[in-house]
Amino acid sequence: MNTKKKRKMFRLNSSLLSSLIAILIGLIFGIVVLAISNPQQALNGIRTLLLGGFTAGGIKGLGNVLYYAMPIIMTGLGVGFAFQTSLFNIGGSGQFIVGAYCALLVAIRCDFPGPLGWIAPLIAGMIGGALWALLPGLLRAYLDVNIVIATIMMNYIGMYLVNFLVKNTIYDSLKNQSLPVPKGNTLPSAGLDKLFSSSMANIGIFIAIIMAVVIYILLNKTTFGYEIKACGRNRDASRYAGINEKRNIILSMMISGALVGLGGALMYLSDAGKHIKVVDVIASEGFDGIAVALLAMNNPLGIIFSAIFIAYLQVSGFYMQTYRFTYEIVDVIISVIIYFSAFSLIIKQMIDKYRLRIDKKKSGSQIPEKEV
Amino acid sequence: MNSLVFLIQQTMIFFVPLMIVALGAMYSERSGVLNIALEGVMVFGAFWGILFINKFQATLPSGWVLFIAIIISMVMGLIFSVFHAFAAINLKADQTISSTALNTFATAFCIFFARVVQDVEQVNFKNTFRISKIPVLGDMPFIGPAFFQNTYVTTFLGILILFISSFVLYKTKFGLRLRSCGENPQAADSVGINVYKMRYIGVLISGALGGLGGLVYVIPTSTMFNSTVGGYGFLAMTVLVFGQWKPSKIFFAALFFGLTKTIGAAYSGVPFLYKLGIPDTVYKMLPYVATLLVLTFASKRAPGPAAAGQPYDKGKR
Repeated sequence: MNTKKKRKMFRLNSSLLSSLIAILIGLIFGIVVLAISNPQQALNGIRTLLLGGFTAGGIKGLGNVLYYAMPIIMTGLGVGFAFQTSLFNIGGSGQFIVGAYCALLVAIRCDFPGPLGWIAPLIAGMIGGALWALLPGLLRAYLDVNIVIATIMMNYIGMYLVNFLVKNTIYDSLKNQSLPVPKGNTLPSAGLDKLFSSSMANIGIFIAIIMAVVIYILLNKTTFGYEIKACGRNRDASRYAGINEKRNIILSMMISGALVGLGGALMYLSDAGKHIKVVDVIASEGFDGIAVALLAMNNPLGIIFSAIFIAYLQVSGFYMQTYRFTYEIVDVIISVIIYFSAFSLIIKQMIDKYRLRIDKKKSGSQIPEKEV
Repeated sequence: MNSLVFLIQQTMIFFVPLMIVALGAMYSERSGVLNIALEGVMVFGAFWGILFINKFQATLPSGWVLFIAIIISMVMGLIFSVFHAFAAINLKADQTISSTALNTFATAFCIFFARVVQDVEQVNFKNTFRISKIPVLGDMPFIGPAFFQNTYVTTFLGILILFISSFVLYKTKFGLRLRSCGENPQAADSVGINVYKMRYIGVLISGALGGLGGLVYVIPTSTMFNSTVGGYGFLAMTVLVFGQWKPSKIFFAALFFGLTKTIGAAYSGVPFLYKLGIPDTVYKMLPYVATLLVLTFASKRAPGPAAAGQPYDKGKR
């Protein structure tokens, strides 16, 4: 019994292991594609893919990884939170850009003094994102509208609406984008700029990590979190237990949207030269959030790491362009990883079965206790 | 009158691919598999078809080019959908998640591949497939210019697919079996129907039609393809819901969305709409807002196939 417990301690959690397997398959696929598409540069390409964050950019590259991880930690948290109520919030793109717009509007047009200069825009971003997710939540709760289609439609509506609003309120007509944020209202760098030698990392990464911890506590240590999860597992049973499922669906969507909106606010309030461009393209961060959440199996703490991993790949992809590889190879790899993480259930079962067999062998004729 | 003819011609351009893809999605969902990957299937199918047109347009006669491109798009769409079928049917994976992966994959892979073979991501082609006037029919008053001038063979192909689908779904043994797998797979299995096989067929048909729909969407609306179909696959899903999973209603639903999309894209060509002075943005948002509104009213009424989205597990009761 004791040895068995010990063995378990050294074992990786089987859901973590199945995520790692998905990542491995995705990377191998990417390497094969690189090798086939351009054999001469393949070695350089692969090296950059795997080590890009360190080698090509040095310590600065690592700071940039944190900068790119910041928004997708938030979108990942948002998507993951809605998943807990088994709502597939594919509308991250819309919530992200609406949140970003609200934040920019407050940061540029209302000049709050001191730290309120960047705190107020962040709150505005959260409110914007929450409101953009509220409508699909209401439609789902009261009218049984398919949440996937509803949130996708909100992506396009949000994109066109924000383009329109940017043009009419905070427009830089020369560059066809939003005005820059006044210096005092950007996110403070909290010493990270010195640590990573003038990279784009700032206090936002701490905010994102704190939010992840808050969401973890909310989901695992509070009654509200329990209700949210219960609604996701079995809607009928939770209604029978006296949980107001409609209210929980709406709240879950709003919190999800608020998290995603905060991600948009953090990204565009950073002093990194990022502006809302008036083009008819929906924000990719919303979709990255889906990958991040799936890879972490919706665990808020896991999301921090999976977001850093995806951001790392993105920075690598950026540097791979020096070897004439298209950036999209990163998206190819990420999509293969998501595809295989969709199998996580099967992979997990296989791992558990395999481990049970090993346990049986080791304990000889003894019948092993049923694993829970 | 001229504006009306223009509006109808434009509507046809948007309506036909929507209907084709929605009919494809119908086969998949009726068999019990959600196929949100159709956006990706459209991109993937269209990409290979357009790439073929790009390479062979100069050497082959235009009729043959179109014919072969259609075949290629359908085959590539079908092959692409195998991945979804495998994940959803054999591995019982979450169907929304694998669809999302395939959507991302299609766009990223096509851009990557285009860059590898020709250095830029846009695949250019010349639109030589427009039929300026069909003899006899095109000379009829009003109907002639509206439906038989400036049209495409693919429009009539779409109508043909509609009739065939309606027949197959309701008048054949195969159609009945397909529908039973989407409603109650356990019951279907108990009378000897191979649920896995029927679901594979459903998904593969949706892949072929999705690929075709992608090509049909790109040819009239552009002269280059940069690996996006602008959310059209998702719109097709809505058409399916609004059309209550029935071919005849899908026809009208697609027509409705085709019209809203046309107004959004071509309102400046219609003097009446242009003079209203409504901002551009409102027209661009129109198809998506209309979708939401329609879903609001249509969702409660039509629940859809009962087993759609649930993996079939033989051992489960």
